[in-house]
Amino acid sequence: MYSWILMLVVLTVMTLAYQLGRRRAIMTVGGPAQMKHLHSLPAYYGLYAALWAGIPALLLMGLWIGFQDQIIIGLVTNSLPPGVREGLSSGQISLLINDIRNLATGNIVSAQVTPEIQAAADHYNQLQSVSQWAMWAAVLALALSGSAFAWLRTQPRMRARNRVESIFLISMIVFSSIAILTTLGIVLSVVFESLRFFQMVSPLEFFFGTNWSPQIALRSDQVGASGAFGTIPLFTGTLMISVIAMLVAVPIGLLSAIYLSEYASRQVRAAAKPILEVLAGIPTVVYGFFAALTVAPFIRSVGAAMGLEVASESALAAGLVMGVMIIPFVSSLSDDVINAVPQSLRDGSYALGATQSETIRYVIIPAALPGIVGSILLAVSRAIGETMIVVMAAGLSANLTANPLESVTTVTVQIVTLLTGDQEFDSAKTLAAFALGLTLFIVTLALNVIALSIVRKYREQYE
Amino acid sequence: MNELTSNPPGRPRRTLDIVQASLKRRYARERRFRFLGATAVILGLTFVVLLFADIILKGYTAFQQTYIRLPIELAAESIDPDGTRDPETLAQADYMKLIREALQARFPDVTDRNERRLLSSMISVGAADLLRQQVMDDPDLIGTTQEFWILAAADIDMLIKGHIDRKAAEADRRVKDQMIGWIERLEAEGRIAKRFNTIFFTHGNSREPELSGIAGALMGSFYTLLLTLVLSFPIGVGAALYLEEFAPKNRWTDLIEVNINNLAAVPSIVFGLLGLAVFITFFGVPRSTPLVAALVLTLMTLPTIIIASRAALKSVPPSIREAALGVGASPLQTQFHHVLPLAMPGMLTGTIIGMAQALGETAPLLMIGMIAFIVDIPKGFTDVATVLPVQIYLWADSPERGFVERTSAAIMVLLAFLFAMNLAAVLLRRRFERRW
Repeated sequence: MYSWILMLVVLTVMTLAYQLGRRRAIMTVGGPAQMKHLHSLPAYYGLYAALWAGIPALLLMGLWIGFQDQIIIGLVTNSLPPGVREGLSSGQISLLINDIRNLATGNIVSAQVTPEIQAAADHYNQLQSVSQWAMWAAVLALALSGSAFAWLRTQPRMRARNRVESIFLISMIVFSSIAILTTLGIVLSVVFESLRFFQMVSPLEFFFGTNWSPQIALRSDQVGASGAFGTIPLFTGTLMISVIAMLVAVPIGLLSAIYLSEYASRQVRAAAKPILEVLAGIPTVVYGFFAALTVAPFIRSVGAAMGLEVASESALAAGLVMGVMIIPFVSSLSDDVINAVPQSLRDGSYALGATQSETIRYVIIPAALPGIVGSILLAVSRAIGETMIVVMAAGLSANLTANPLESVTTVTVQIVTLLTGDQEFDSAKTLAAFALGLTLFIVTLALNVIALSIVRKYREQYE
Repeated sequence: MNELTSNPPGRPRRTLDIVQASLKRRYARERRFRFLGATAVILGLTFVVLLFADIILKGYTAFQQTYIRLPIELAAESIDPDGTRDPETLAQADYMKLIREALQARFPDVTDRNERRLLSSMISVGAADLLRQQVMDDPDLIGTTQEFWILAAADIDMLIKGHIDRKAAEADRRVKDQMIGWIERLEAEGRIAKRFNTIFFTHGNSREPELSGIAGALMGSFYTLLLTLVLSFPIGVGAALYLEEFAPKNRWTDLIEVNINNLAAVPSIVFGLLGLAVFITFFGVPRSTPLVAALVLTLMTLPTIIIASRAALKSVPPSIREAALGVGASPLQTQFHHVLPLAMPGMLTGTIIGMAQALGETAPLLMIGMIAFIVDIPKGFTDVATVLPVQIYLWADSPERGFVERTSAAIMVLLAFLFAMNLAAVLLRRRFERRW
């Protein structure tokens, strides 16, 4: 709360510094009439001052907010009387710290409040307020001294524009490196947690085991106490749902792309294409709702009418709806590649007397095939990584089955189930989610890289 | 070899004859293929219509809610015995009792304790709070008897809306025969009506369908999107500007480019894992807040914005840059004063589309704890919150029949926002699109 006010204050200081810097620059050359003696336009001197006022102060503030809690907790823990701290495991200590924090903020506390804990909570509150005041003072001091420094540096010969521009350029380089940092963050976070997981469970069991029941028992005498982490049923479930989805999406998407680009009149194309693309813009949670509450019961009742046993969360329902979701991916990507086939190929085929469908089947599709394959691969990677539809419409039980009417589970469903709800961060159960995430990341990344390189090669072919 | 036999004897077999003989078959194939294509398009369009029709049919009833009109005697001695009009006293009065008494007064023949309990179960548990609010807003009502519209319980609401079949066997439905009798009496007196459902737009989540609303989720989405926009727009535009205009062609920039293209296709749930491991566990950003959600969504939408912004920069002709450089602008001045304003519509379009994606995203937010049950409406970036799509997911999981229509209604609201954003993007593109 106070941080927002401080941020506003710093922004105000920056505005002031801008105005002052600008005016100071004009004053140093002796008024607006002499501005030609300045190296840069006056606004750049203003910006220079504002950046000196803002950047160090805001950086300090960010660091302060980031680390103050850890430091305060460390101080509080160290000042606890030794009688309280001794003989506690690290887990119990963190529980104790949680209690202290809850007590300090006025929340409900899990254990009884002893005088020591009350004292620690008071200590915590006191340190918090000291830290707040110190942050205000330090940040404001830095902002003001930054402005003062810029004030002193402002001279007619100072290359203000070049300095300001280099700051802009550096920040743009930093911004574009965020993409790398994100990938790095993804890789590091899933790889580290997965490595810790594979210390508990062997990769052999993980990738080739056929039994998945990650529930870790609360009591040691419970059945299946250790949990089983064989992912084969998850992979087959993911595969089955993806295959069903592709069986829906590829024919419909491809045929409608062909029809719209080769047969349809201009008006039909202009109307139908955006409507089909609406399907791509609908949030997946909406598809999930549709699958779980409309399609699944429908399939179930149709199955019952035909005397078939259909699970209420069948793979078929999730797969069908996922297929509908993927139609626009297949159709718009195929549309692009079909349109990229040169007209001369079509004209040549017509000149030989081929009908339109023969031209499409024997000339255009073979010519566009690499691009179509690439777009299908992209769609497959989309299907494998899709989460909400399967979370809402596919089941949780890891069945190893080939029957689409039964309930199966997928990799993404298991990641969500393992990580929602409160568990310890270090248990094999939560770490398994990261191992699954790593597998998912690698598979989809490989599919994307292959698909993109195929599409790129294909494009170069006709350019 | 029908073609051979159909040839008149004595004349040599010409290619034309072969072709003509096969034409019928070939044209039939042509028609079949064309028909297949048209079927595929129609199927695709049917799915769109089905999806929307299903959601609208399931959800339109949620915009109205059943109320029962009851004359309630706001006796001064039971609400404000001292006559001080002190808000605290007003707040503590037993309004449920007043409503119950008013209802029982309509049915003097109901005397049995169990039946009376059944009777009062027709009123929502939140009705007392709503009545209290009305009285506290207008204390002059105290001492008078007024007709109030009292919120009915969810089961009664479902019955009135026809989601519970009155003709079904008593054991199969949640509303007892007696209650239906009472409802029919009230209906005959014109005391039951469906009125516009303001609760849906002003309340946070609740365990009771009739008291739950999307206000909390909407505010959560608002804060999340606002912060996402503030973070991702400058970063995206800056990155695009650097990569498109300044970056030297070397390994590092190649790596960045490959990365951006691949990040655009990474499953969203993986970003959730990143948010959980890096932002929450490592940096200690508070869970379930718009802050952490915005950080994750920023990373997710950045590729979209960067790719769109680069396309927008590419479409600005080089002559603009050359002219600016020619009159002595520095490279950065060229970009900021001349190229960026011309590329801005395209960049904004890309940003709006990225924001629409962020608004509809659910899976990564489940990972960072946005699925908590939250009644309060969040008031800032660090308050515990949920967002609209996650609210939809939570309601879709609820077994009560009343939540089905609310889920659909929330979906309609979400789709309306997405539609508006996409429309804005299209209009922006139309309005400012320039052909050089």
